[in-house]
Amino acid sequence: MHRSKITIVENKAKGIILGNHSKDGLLKAAARYLVLTGIGFIFMYPILYMVANSFLSPEDLADPAVIWIPTQLYWDNFKKAFQVLDFWNGLKNSLLVSTVSALLQTLSTSVVSYGLARFRLPFKKLFVVLIVATFFIPVEITSVPRYVLFYRYGFVDTLLPSYLPALSAQGLNSAIFILVFFMFFRSYPLAFDEAASLDGAGRFKIFYKIALPLSKPAILVSLLFSSVWYWNETAQSQMYYGNKFPSLMHRLTEFGSRFASVMKESSSASTTPTQAITLAATMLAMLPMILFYLISQKQFINSIEHSGITGE
Amino acid sequence: MKKITIPAFPGNKNRLQLKHKDTLIGMLFFLPWIVGFLLFTLYPIIFSIRLSFNEYQQLPGGAVMDWAGFRYFNQAWNTDLHFKLNLSNSLLFVSCATPVVMVFALIIAILLNTKFRLRTFFRVLFFMPVLIMSGPVISRLLSKYTTDFSANTPQIYQFINNLPEVVSKPVLLILNNLVLMLWFSGVQILIFIAGLQKIGPDLYAAAEIDGAGAWEKFWKITLPFMKPLILVTTAYTVMTLSNYTNNAVNRQIRSSMFLTSNLYSLAAAMSWIYFVAIILLLAIIYLVLFLFGRRRQRA
Repeated sequence: MHRSKITIVENKAKGIILGNHSKDGLLKAAARYLVLTGIGFIFMYPILYMVANSFLSPEDLADPAVIWIPTQLYWDNFKKAFQVLDFWNGLKNSLLVSTVSALLQTLSTSVVSYGLARFRLPFKKLFVVLIVATFFIPVEITSVPRYVLFYRYGFVDTLLPSYLPALSAQGLNSAIFILVFFMFFRSYPLAFDEAASLDGAGRFKIFYKIALPLSKPAILVSLLFSSVWYWNETAQSQMYYGNKFPSLMHRLTEFGSRFASVMKESSSASTTPTQAITLAATMLAMLPMILFYLISQKQFINSIEHSGITGE
Repeated sequence: MKKITIPAFPGNKNRLQLKHKDTLIGMLFFLPWIVGFLLFTLYPIIFSIRLSFNEYQQLPGGAVMDWAGFRYFNQAWNTDLHFKLNLSNSLLFVSCATPVVMVFALIIAILLNTKFRLRTFFRVLFFMPVLIMSGPVISRLLSKYTTDFSANTPQIYQFINNLPEVVSKPVLLILNNLVLMLWFSGVQILIFIAGLQKIGPDLYAAAEIDGAGAWEKFWKITLPFMKPLILVTTAYTVMTLSNYTNNAVNRQIRSSMFLTSNLYSLAAAMSWIYFVAIILLLAIIYLVLFLFGRRRQRA
């Protein structure tokens, strides 16, 4: 009796770091919380720093006694950042790029992978290999030629450089979504298609009446991740339409120079933003995505689980 | 994966014709990819190769390419003062960050895989960076003043700095960029959690009856089951890390794209060198994983 208790304790101690499927011992749970909170703190440190410091007034910034907690909630930083970012216009551009591109990308990748998964195509294996290979081509290689191409057809300074590749399954990380859809379309029984075609449904009808509704998790993955990746992408879009449709992220990239020009217009004293104002701008630029995340976090986290990436 | 056979169609008076028709419809579905691939991937790749070997000039009558041989590769590799340094820094970053990301993601996934009260909260927390990772945000948030831990603990810094450079350089790199590296692990954590949930609890129960501890269970059950996922996520990790916009090489490539003295060409040559380097790195990482897996199997 006594001996077995000791071994249980031993086992619990062993399980602390690795954890297992069985019930939590008290010690183990405590250790888990400790490790997670510790790592979570390191993880969130820049965010916490940003939130705390974006409220610092110029006096607080000059005061060496103020390190973390501001003496007052100084909203002026946000007002200035809001004005310099031209928030509503930037938000409009960001949404215009990310939502439309996400929709187009989801549409194209689903259609394409349906063709690949459910038909006998010539060179099918080659196509799969090429799709995987496109994932390994760095964007830096294709961006200049794409720029030249878009320039030649007068697409620079329009949103088409984001939309057209998305529409033809060559957008940001399209290969991943094609493969996710591919696995979904392969996994449901052929009898479904046969039954539908016996009822006189054509292939296109089968696609959107049967295949798509059965692949809701894949659609969710594609929509969520596409919009996030398009929202956060700056380097390429800056080249293509950064001056015409600057998104929140483009404006944040050039926040320093923008600040100077806006402040000059209003003949303000300082033309360089304080660190607090820059952090306030960063927070504002991130805010829509964070709100979106808080609303849809469940879908985000479940979507990966149901995406079939682990194989069935 | 199972083989897909053509669905049987009713009224098979002319099967062959129907088969052809079906393939044609399939090609119609697949057509957007072919068009997009030719226009936005294959053509740019060929164009980029041509750019790297030619001098590109934008003249009033149109663009002209003049054969330049390996001039731009030579310029990037031998003449340019920063390229080799930036390249080695970026490669060092990718090769240090990949194992950090993978090991960290696996540990966090295991910690999050059991039911406990704040599980959802921590999952949400660790996935958060995926949504806010963008070049400008990172350069504002993860710069020196927010994440430099070694500056606050000079003793540790001194100690590491005095070690031989082979050890100190990667260790300092990891310490200085720890948060950045961890922020790359959001997707991997969730993929690993999904994978861990697929392992049947009866396997662990059986192992426990045979007297296996947590340590053995991890090496003998968890890891072998996770192997395919680890292989896939490693590729994903390496590619996201090397495509990271703010990394030294990518920044240099972008800033030299529109240099009037060697419009596009130098940048193209640099990006090809970088591409080859990354593919080599990926090959090395897979070789290491393969050897490691074989050794574990024998042990």
